Amino acid sequence: MERLKQISFVLALVCAGSSLALADEIKAGDLVITQTWSRATPKGAKTGGAYLTIENKGSAPDRLIGGSADVAGKVQIHEMAMSDGVMKMRPLEKGLEIAPGKTVTLAPGGYHVMLMDLKSPLKKGDKLPVTLEFEKAGKVAVSFDIEGIGAQGPAGGSGMGGKMEMKKTPSHSDMKM
Amino acid sequence: MSPAAQRMRSGFRITAGMTVALAALFFAGAIAGTWSYFGKNTPPATSKSIGGPFSLVDHRGKQVIERDYLGKPTLIFFGFTFCPDVCPTTLLELTERLKELGTQADRVNVLFITVDPERDTPEQLALYLSSFDSRITGLTGNEDGIAAVIAEYRVYAHKVALKDGGYTMDHTAAIYMMNRKGQFVGLMNYQEPADKSRAKLRRLLDDGAGS
Repeated sequence: MERLKQISFVLALVCAGSSLALADEIKAGDLVITQTWSRATPKGAKTGGAYLTIENKGSAPDRLIGGSADVAGKVQIHEMAMSDGVMKMRPLEKGLEIAPGKTVTLAPGGYHVMLMDLKSPLKKGDKLPVTLEFEKAGKVAVSFDIEGIGAQGPAGGSGMGGKMEMKKTPSHSDMKM
Repeated sequence: MSPAAQRMRSGFRITAGMTVALAALFFAGAIAGTWSYFGKNTPPATSKSIGGPFSLVDHRGKQVIERDYLGKPTLIFFGFTFCPDVCPTTLLELTERLKELGTQADRVNVLFITVDPERDTPEQLALYLSSFDSRITGLTGNEDGIAAVIAEYRVYAHKVALKDGGYTMDHTAAIYMMNRKGQFVGLMNYQEPADKSRAKLRRLLDDGAGS
């Protein structure tokens, strides 16, 4: 009997541990969302960016089409690209496709969740709640960890340091305008 | 020599040849990349053709002209405060460079010139810049004044309407390095490794002290 108690205690510990490990992972239908982070904004800034990784484990494509947040008047999905030393930014009119079996990373210098008409600055250390909207998976509540101004990646996530250089997302055909 | 060794040798020769070819391509690309900074249809810029007189207002509300910044080398970054990524990142890098210079930071002017005078008033620039090193000066002006400085520095700045009525700006993301006489020296590229921009800044400061 004592032994049974011990086993169940160990099992309880294991379960608690695994649920903790999954705390940063959000599942929405076939989509798995990880590495959700954002950047603090300078005072008076009206725009901010939020970044994440989305994996599509299903067999059909989905699209990230927009979202909403209490702190922002508008939330859109944008792409940034450097072309001949010029920074160009465009909204993705049809949203961002997450093809089946693929993982898409939104990161500085590339795709991002664009927060516009910010009502207050984003502060380092705070959480930023955003409801993302997918074509198929629907509305998904996501909490973004706010890192410092100009941070290049999420702190302490999957060995990606705050200063790590992120791989630039290649130019998208939508950019040719 | 065994056939296997011969194969290895010729394999190595091909690889070495390819490395040289790749290096040459890379070098040519780097030159082309530098030249294309000022737009595909613009001829390569010479130091004489970048920069010139301007009349603007700083983030403290003071009228300024280009001569106010002569006598010291100057770093100039063109951007806007509604910019979500490149501008805060670059201003943070400039803040870090100034911090590293410590007391020597007063040997260089650092200017953040807006390409969006419509929204970037002196007050807005002051608020925005309060999140960065206090030695960075924000400059704005009327439409004509900003259009003139953009043309003189061959900055690409283009307003892009968003579907909901708002707009964003496409703009050149490099930092211009001007010597103490106001002559163009070169660029610090966007997100250049810190070591490289640190060395460029050091050279700019030393040149300013020498001649």
